[in-house]
Amino acid sequence: MLKEKIEQANQEAMEKLLKAQPTLVGLGTAGKDIPDMNKKTILHAGPPVKWEKMSGPLKGAIIGGLIYEGLAENAEEAVKLAESGEITFDSCHHHSAVGPMAGVVTASMPVWIVENTAFGNKAYCTLNEGLGKVLRYGAYSDEVIDRLNWIEKTLAPVLEETIALSGPIDLQTMIAQVIQMGDEGHNRNKAGTSLLIRELAPFLVQTSFDNQEKSDVLRFIHGNDHFFLNLTMPAFKSSLDPLEGIPYSTLVYTMARNGTEFGIRIAGLGNRWFTAPAEVIDGLFFPGYTKEDANPDIGDSVICETAGAGGFAMAAAIPIVQFVGGTPQDAMNFTKSMYEITQGENTSFKVPVLDFKGTPTGIDIRKVVETGILPIINTGIAHKDAGVGQVGAGLVRPPMKCFEEALEAFAESVGIS
Amino acid sequence: MSKINELFDSELRVINLGLESFSEELKLQKKEVVHVEWRPVAGGNKKLRNILNQLG
Repeated sequence: MLKEKIEQANQEAMEKLLKAQPTLVGLGTAGKDIPDMNKKTILHAGPPVKWEKMSGPLKGAIIGGLIYEGLAENAEEAVKLAESGEITFDSCHHHSAVGPMAGVVTASMPVWIVENTAFGNKAYCTLNEGLGKVLRYGAYSDEVIDRLNWIEKTLAPVLEETIALSGPIDLQTMIAQVIQMGDEGHNRNKAGTSLLIRELAPFLVQTSFDNQEKSDVLRFIHGNDHFFLNLTMPAFKSSLDPLEGIPYSTLVYTMARNGTEFGIRIAGLGNRWFTAPAEVIDGLFFPGYTKEDANPDIGDSVICETAGAGGFAMAAAIPIVQFVGGTPQDAMNFTKSMYEITQGENTSFKVPVLDFKGTPTGIDIRKVVETGILPIINTGIAHKDAGVGQVGAGLVRPPMKCFEEALEAFAESVGIS
Repeated sequence: MSKINELFDSELRVINLGLESFSEELKLQKKEVVHVEWRPVAGGNKKLRNILNQLG
C-alpha cells in the first residue's frame, strides 16, 4: 500500500515537472517584484546560513551587494553592517528566486521574471554579469560595482523594453533546442545565449534607446556565453516549485549550495532542508590557481541537474569536458549512470547521441541511497577568499549524508523506522 | 582431471564484481574481463536497507 502511494506520488511529481511551461514574461526589480524583500534583505544561494558561517565568496558578494546598494561606503563598513544584525539574510529559494554561485540578490538589482504558465507560479533571477571578477564569485572591486550599475541603468531598461515589444518568450522550447545544439544548460550556454540574441535582436533595435546603448547591450550579451544561464535557472526553478508538498513523493525538488553546506529538499517533505558540508570540486583551474585556492561547492545553479539538465545532460554537450574536465566517454557515462537514480526520461530534453533518449529526470532519494550513485554536477569554482572571483570549473557530487538523512526523515513521516 | 581444472584450462571469461583491483590484475595479464561496479545496497547500512525494503 505504502509502496503504491509512493509510486503514484512520484508519478504525479514527474508529470508536474514535465508539464511545466517556463516562459520569460519580463524584467523587474528584486525589491519590488520578489516576494518579501526590502532594502535591508539580502538573498543568497543554497540553504539558509548565518553570516558567521558564510564562506569567503558569499561574504565577498554580500560586501559588494551592500556597497552597490549604497548601504556601505567600503568593505570595512559593509562587514560591520553585516555583523550588526540589521540585515536579513535568507535563501533565494525561500523567495521564488535562484542565484548562480554566491547568488546574492539585493533590492535594486534587476531580475528576470519567469512564469511557469502551466501552474501560474513565478521565479526570479538576476542578470548574468559575465566571467572573471564578478559579484557572484565574491569579487567586489570598483569594476564589479560599476558593471552592476551599468546592468541596472542600461542593460535592464533596454531588455525590459525589448521584452515588452517581443511579448513572452517560451523558454521550455528554447532549452529543449539548446540541448540538441551542444549545450547542457548549466556550464555550456553558447547555443542558448546565441538563440536568445536571435529572439531579442529584432525587437531590441526597435526600442527607444540610442544606437550606442543598443550596441553595448548586444555586445555585452555576445561577449558572455553564460548570459542564458540566468534564464535556464529560473526556468527550472519555476518548473520544480510546483512539486513542493506532494505527499509521499520521494523526488528531489531542490538541490542548492551556499559555499558552506549542500542542501536538498524533497517533494513529500515540503520546505525542510537536509544539509551536509559542501564538497571540494575536482576540476580544471585557470592559470595560476590550484585546488588549494578553491572554495567548496557553491550556488543555486544545481537546479539545472535537479530538472534533468547540466551534468545529467552531459552526453548532449561533449565539448564541455574541455571546460570542466574529463573525457567524451566520461560525459556519456555520467548521463547514462544518472538513469539509475531517476524516475524517468525527460520528454523535452533529448540527447541526440543516445538515439534522442530523454535526459534522466526526477532524482529519487530511494535510488540514490540504494545504489550509492550520487547526482553528477558540473559547476564553476570560486576562490575561497572574498574579493577574488572565479578560479576554474569542474565536476562535483553532493554529500551522501543529505540523501540518507532525507530518507530517514521520509520514513519517519510515513510511520516507519 | 577434475572439472575445476578443465575450467582453468579453457579460455577464461571473467566478470568481476566489487573490488576493481581484481579486474586490473587480470587486465595486466592480458585476460579479458568485464568489471561490474557493484556495491551492497545502501553501502551495507542495515537501518537504511530496512527502510528501503519497506519503501519499495
